[in-house]
Formats: sequence, C-alpha cells, structure tokens
Amino acid sequence: MVQLRLPKNSRMIRGKTWPKPEGASNLRKFQIYRWNPDEGDNPSVDTYFVDMDDCGPMVLDALIYIKNKIDPTLTFRRSCREGICGSCAMNIDGINTLACIYGMDEIKGDVKIYPLPHMPVVKDLIPDLTHFYAQHASIMPWLETKTNRPAKEWRQSIEDREKLDGLYECVMCASCSTACPSYWWNGDKYLGPAALLHAYRWIIDSRDEATGERLDDLEDPFKLYRCHTIMNCTKTCPKGLNPAKAIAEIKKLMVERAV
Amino acid sequence: MADVNRGDRPLSPHLQVYRPQLTSITSILTRLTGNALIVGFGLIIWWLLAAATGPEYFALADRVVTSWFGDLVLTLSLWAIWYHYLAGLRHLYYDAGKGLDIPTAELLGWACVIGSVVLTVITLIII
Repeated sequence: MVQLRLPKNSRMIRGKTWPKPEGASNLRKFQIYRWNPDEGDNPSVDTYFVDMDDCGPMVLDALIYIKNKIDPTLTFRRSCREGICGSCAMNIDGINTLACIYGMDEIKGDVKIYPLPHMPVVKDLIPDLTHFYAQHASIMPWLETKTNRPAKEWRQSIEDREKLDGLYECVMCASCSTACPSYWWNGDKYLGPAALLHAYRWIIDSRDEATGERLDDLEDPFKLYRCHTIMNCTKTCPKGLNPAKAIAEIKKLMVERAV
Repeated sequence: MADVNRGDRPLSPHLQVYRPQLTSITSILTRLTGNALIVGFGLIIWWLLAAATGPEYFALADRVVTSWFGDLVLTLSLWAIWYHYLAGLRHLYYDAGKGLDIPTAELLGWACVIGSVVLTVITLIII
C-alpha cells in the first residue's frame, strides 16, 4: 500500500556534526544517514567534512575516508570497489547507484547519502536484503532441463548466446528494485525489476526447458503485473541495463502464448 | 517469505529522498489526472442531471458550472483528459515492447507534458 510518510520510528532527526579535519583547505560536506540498533533512537542525518585533497574521486573513497579518519562507527557494505560485486549500492544525491563507481564530480553541492530506499535498515547504510534475495531465488535462477544430460556441455549458438547480453551482467545490487515506486508500495508481493530481469534471462535462454513453468509462475496480478512501466529502474541502473525492457518482453511472451 | 521487519528496524526514506525525475513524475501524473477526471465528470453529470430535473435547479447548476470556479475545474479537466489520453498512447507503445530506452522514454514523457498543454490551448481556442 502507498504510505507517503515514514513510520514513526523511521523519521529522521538532525544528527551530529563531526569536526572538520585539521589543516585541510579543500573541504566537502557530506550528510549521511545513521541508525544504530543498539541505541533505540530514531535515525539521524550526520554531517561530515572530507578533505578532498586527501581522498580518492569516488563516493566510496569518501566513505572510507570518513570511516578511517573521522568516525570508525560509520557502517556500510563494500568489497570490490569496481562495480562488479554490487555491495555498495546506496542512495546518493537522490538516486540509487554504486558508491564505488559514482564520481563525486558528478554531484553538485553537498553529498547526501541514504540507504537504498524503502527497505528495513540493519545499521546506517546497510539495508536488509533478505526478502529481495528470496524473491530472486523464487524465479529459479538456474538452468532447468528435462532432457538427458548431454555428453559434454549444454550447447548454445552464438546468436542465442547474444540474447543474454544486457541481462547476465546484473550484479543484484538492488538499486533498480529500490528505485521503483511500485516496489515500494507492493514489494511484499511484486517481484521488482531485478528479480524479473533475472526471470527473463532464464526464460529466453535457449538451453532452458522450463519456459512454460516460468511463465506460469509469473502469471499473477502482483508478481509481474505491478510493473507500470515507470522506468525508474532503467534510469538508475549503475550497470546501464534495462530491466523495464526485460519486463515488457515477459509481458509480450504472456500475450503471445495466450493468443 | 522472510519477515522483512524483524526487530524494530526503521524503514529507509523513499519519497523523502528520491530525486523527482521525468520517469516517475509522468507516471504519477497519469494516476492523478485519471483520478481527478472522476471529479470533473461528477461536475458534468451533476449539470446534466440538473437539466433533467427542472429549469430552476438547472439555473443553479449552470451558474456553478459557468462560474470562474467551474471554468477552472473544466479547463483543468480538459488538460487532464489530453494528458491521460497521451499517456495512454505512450503506454500502448510501451506494451508493444517499443520505446523502452531512457532517451526515447524521456522524449515521449516530454511529448505527453508539452503535448497536453498545447492540445488544451488549441481546444480552448476552437471551442
């Protein structure tokens, strides 16, 4: 259901302003969402100042700067620092993206950082992705076959393999799903762009033999058809993929097999 | 499915922090115009019902409908019809699997917004 206001325990209060690094002349202001499960307070937005002359170019560099030099309690996920693991997805400057590949030169003014939108918060910038992963698992993200196993590998033509381009690159960072207003209001039942893009990736795989079952599973007013082609997903995807297009292709297949 | 609200976890901010953009704004406008038109139609139906009821009641309804307030509601309804109609066409195009890349989608979004205003002005000039 649409809920415009945040629940009472989720409304943000003004947080702490941390001291500026000493002797720095090129400062940039950061406003970062904080919530500590051990304190029981409402979430707050803390203010930090980063010395840009002593910091790398990406938003993740600044977060690491803050954690190392100002506030070691700041909590966030990160791993590969090159846009392939999907861990550091967060809401930066109003859009969802990966902190490691988003340059601070792309942001005007103060840098505002929040966790991925409309998710339960574990701590600071870490959302609980349990449900998101369960939805991904529900679309059977593996090759499902019925015929006997071939002597070597399951073969695929170059043309059929090309159909997976633009789909297999998804790193499951959840930026798209948590940018989708439809997923905000109905995320309990609507699968969301990420899971649906993966569903389509297996539906059009020439080697997969469960296409009918996959489509049956998605034939549901919520799972698939809560997509209203808003396209916030495609707009925000840090990997430049197009979940909206993938969902539209699934809808087309639904119609094609019905007529 | 897993309970996403284990413990007393806060919900991260959504509308409060997400940057408004053409994709989401054109979508919400489609909904708003669709719902607002129900109010506009209510006014027209009331006007027609009043005409069927009697001359005195019609005079009252006609005064309301042709007042500045009635003009405002009907003009906005006119724009809402055009916008909703163009957005519907855009959705039809989308449902064929076409136009689903950001440059085209944003172009079509602007076409809906600007087109609806232009068509409203043209309609007002004609009638």
